[in-house]
Amino acid sequence: MHNKSVAELSRALASGEVSSVELTQHFLDRIKQEDGKYNSFITVCEDSALDEARLADERRSQGNATPWTGIPFAQKDIFCTNGVRTTCGSRMLENFIPPYDATVTARFRDAGAVCLGKTNLDEFAMGSSNESSHFGATTNPWGENRVPGGSSGGSAAAVAAGLTPAATATDTGGSIRQPASFCGITGLKPTYGRVSRYGMIAYASSLDQGGTLARSAEDNAMMLNIMAGFDPKDSTSIDREVPDYTATLGEPLKGLKIGLPKEYFTDQLDPAMAQTIRTAVAEYEKLGATVKEVSLPNAHLAIAAYYVIAPAEASANLSRFDGVRYGHRCSDPKDLMDLYTRTREEGFGEEVKRRIMIGTYALSAGYFDAYFLKAQKVRRLVQQDFVNALKEVDVLMSPTCPSPAFVQGEKTSDPVTMYLEDIFTIAINLAGLPAMSVPAGMVNGLPVGLQIIGDYFSEARLLNAAHQFQLATDWHQRKPA
Amino acid sequence: MQWDVVIGLEIHVQLATRTKIFSGSSTAFGAEPNTQANAVDLAMPGTLPVPNEQAFRYAVMFGLAIDADIGRRSVFERKNYFYPDLPKGYQTTQLEQPIVGPGHVDIDLADGSSKRIRIHHAHLEEDAGKSLHEDFHGMSGIDLNRAGTPLIEVVTEPDMRSAEEAVAFAKKLHSLVTSLGICDGDMSQGSMRFDVNISLKPKGQEAFGTRTETKNLNSFRFMEQAIAHEVERQMDILEDGGVIVQETRLYNGDRDESRSMRTKEEANDYRYFPCPDLLPVEIDDTFIDDCRSRLPELPDARKARFKEQYGLNDYDAGLLGGDASLATFFEEAVSHSKDAKLTANWVQGELSARLNAEDRLISDSPISGAQLGDLIVRIADDSISSAGAKKVFDALWTGEGDNVDAIIEARGLKQVSDTGALEAMVDEVLAGMPEQIAQYKEADEKKRKKMMGGFMGPLMKASKGQGNPKLFTEILKKKLDS
Amino acid sequence: MTISREDIEKVALLARIRVNDQQVTELEKDLGNILNLVDQLQSADTENVKPMAHPLDAIQRLRPDEVTESNQREAFQAIAPATEAGLYLVPKVID
Repeated sequence: MHNKSVAELSRALASGEVSSVELTQHFLDRIKQEDGKYNSFITVCEDSALDEARLADERRSQGNATPWTGIPFAQKDIFCTNGVRTTCGSRMLENFIPPYDATVTARFRDAGAVCLGKTNLDEFAMGSSNESSHFGATTNPWGENRVPGGSSGGSAAAVAAGLTPAATATDTGGSIRQPASFCGITGLKPTYGRVSRYGMIAYASSLDQGGTLARSAEDNAMMLNIMAGFDPKDSTSIDREVPDYTATLGEPLKGLKIGLPKEYFTDQLDPAMAQTIRTAVAEYEKLGATVKEVSLPNAHLAIAAYYVIAPAEASANLSRFDGVRYGHRCSDPKDLMDLYTRTREEGFGEEVKRRIMIGTYALSAGYFDAYFLKAQKVRRLVQQDFVNALKEVDVLMSPTCPSPAFVQGEKTSDPVTMYLEDIFTIAINLAGLPAMSVPAGMVNGLPVGLQIIGDYFSEARLLNAAHQFQLATDWHQRKPA
Repeated sequence: MQWDVVIGLEIHVQLATRTKIFSGSSTAFGAEPNTQANAVDLAMPGTLPVPNEQAFRYAVMFGLAIDADIGRRSVFERKNYFYPDLPKGYQTTQLEQPIVGPGHVDIDLADGSSKRIRIHHAHLEEDAGKSLHEDFHGMSGIDLNRAGTPLIEVVTEPDMRSAEEAVAFAKKLHSLVTSLGICDGDMSQGSMRFDVNISLKPKGQEAFGTRTETKNLNSFRFMEQAIAHEVERQMDILEDGGVIVQETRLYNGDRDESRSMRTKEEANDYRYFPCPDLLPVEIDDTFIDDCRSRLPELPDARKARFKEQYGLNDYDAGLLGGDASLATFFEEAVSHSKDAKLTANWVQGELSARLNAEDRLISDSPISGAQLGDLIVRIADDSISSAGAKKVFDALWTGEGDNVDAIIEARGLKQVSDTGALEAMVDEVLAGMPEQIAQYKEADEKKRKKMMGGFMGPLMKASKGQGNPKLFTEILKKKLDS
Repeated sequence: MTISREDIEKVALLARIRVNDQQVTELEKDLGNILNLVDQLQSADTENVKPMAHPLDAIQRLRPDEVTESNQREAFQAIAPATEAGLYLVPKVID
């Protein structure tokens, strides 16, 4: 049952082959049995999941089920869930139970989906290995000492381990795509503004975007059908029609123009990684696509720009965690300054503090122009590169990550080595473009992903390209031992 | 040494929108603490701001009223600082690209001249909550109902040279925003708050001296006192050869004292940057035209009209035309009384005195413009004496009656102006006062004037108080002097 | 680019995060490394480039001035660290 796709489960529920309660119980049992190894969930919603499943079965019997009614899924613990603890992987929100839903949560609720629980993540989505969570690191099901990637590592590990058929995720610099690559599953970061950010705890507002993690492109399309759309509660949400993303999956790829950014295929790229990606691209050529080299001359500046802009926005976004209205508060503050400084010292982990401080520094008097303003200008240069390249081709392809999943603890001593993990993904967030990671091969016995980048609002085309690849290959069906 | 005083003002004007600038929470004043503070206002994790169209409409109307450039593209920024009444840890405000650019306001001075005060810009921003300092076991209480209330902050150029000019400007601005209907103008509830920047320079010198900022003055009187106080303080320092420290000061109006605000533990560094949760706001011609069509008659135009239409003098026209509610009241009264001058006198005399005595605004006057107009009709046609009119006014004020004629009737205040009947009364009364008449005849002009009262008393008594005193006096004089 | 201990202490204070000497030493190294990474920016020619605050050149939508929220104080204060009489409590505020 847990090896079935969302599409298959949807059909099984529709045919009456299985009930939502049975399905939900099955996944809850699996989480109970298996998640001790992975620590992919922070909170398991045993009672409310079964309640939701019963309601879903009832709804189905009344004849108004949607494709998602009764389907279990997991939520990255960054989306607020009314009545269910939402921690963002932080001690700061260890006991925070929001009395409201994120828009994404509400959309799944309305569709009748069943929330199994809240998945682990790097604290406040700041990380690429899931090691900065206050609730402990998540382990990659593909190797007991391997990281699942981050920050959506809990969601990716849970899907890869068959603990949930699908999970929500967010991506600020690669947080959907890199875990998808490391865990051998499919992930989509939509165009900025496609999925509402309301109730999704902010890391860097102009970069954060909610998205999807599941085994197949088809399942990602089904998720996006629920999640995408205009939200009047989010000023940066785009009011634009949402297509049925499953409707165009079957279209042939003949004539698809693929660009390979030469800056992403240098001598520094691990040969095994390069070979895997080139093989995947060759598969596309077999499907009728054409390939050419393109250039992103400012790509090498993306990490630098990102590590000014994201921390700067974060430094303000995280000021609300002050111990006054919710969340952690230090004991017996002697005055206001003590309340703030001790609450925030105790509530935030090391990486979060580092980013708040870098961001504060970059915005402070005397540094604003040299750092923040400069980074915003470089951001435009990076974006223009993509806009220009996408005038020549339909999609860009690259490795998602420089390597397969690395070993836990390997990159925690120096934050900068961790930051370089996002070298292929981060520029896409600066530009606000949609991108996917699709399982494309194995290196050293570990899965690696192919990144497919498209023009603004071209999610349907990306999903179509990914789906056609998955009809021709079986990388996305490989499972960890 | 002779000193020039240089004053610039920053005025926070609360906009009279129904909801907050970034959320659909009510802005109604006086609710129980934190009952109008919702997820967005409380900066709950993941919540996001969506700006209120009406706040922009009001800001643009203000801009049009002061002849300012409207910011076609305005950008919200975050001003970062920690304070318990600031839930997000930053205030969302405008800095580089405000909604209202340079404009001007003309003020009238006591000597009859007028002066142009330049407005540097006005920007939209959110208000903070309130810290309540009553003691909760050594703690302060925070009420966030006010958090997110829309404000425009109006920033003037340093164009004022005295407390009088600053107060005249403040009053003019008050009159402007209330006339526009964009602010309720209730200063006691903090609807307008003034920060005053003051510096001194030797008379005639070009360069400005170091300034201080006195914050959060919420009445014209305190503002005037605070300026006088600060000018004196700076003068004392400068004349003793000292230097002015650039600082923010708090003025205590009850004690007429000021003090420097506690030096912050670090220099302020607000780290402004464009708010990534909000996009640039573009204002197009349609929006501006719509705002222009909503502009009511403004104080300067109304003053001119009052002079023209009602023949009021400059002073009366300025006073009655300057305040929207007062102007409406006056015009309603005149539409009944048909006597503008007498109506102006009553509005500024008896009515204003009573309002002031009871600390009421014209908007909650117990007497309507129509009632006052009806009363003035009866004064003008001599139906009642001025003493009688005051009695009618009292009855209307206390609510003992609501119809002028009915009150006059019920209280027997109608004045007898039939000269035949009055003459008969005079003859009858004089017939009983031969001695007094004799004394009167012997007296000189000055003494005679004093003696008139001796006849008037019995006459008013004989007429049961209803005789027209003016006519009585005329008849008396005629009879006695003949 | 290096960052001094004083800078770190100043930034920590601005950000309201308590740091001890040991942490300042670590931050000096970590933040210094991050700033070295970030200093690549200075090599970019950004003359005549407009800063980019948002990925899409979208324009702000404005909301009608209608009350959509009702009193939910009880729900919000149920998750607050300290309240009394409907107020959030904090150590004494001194202006």
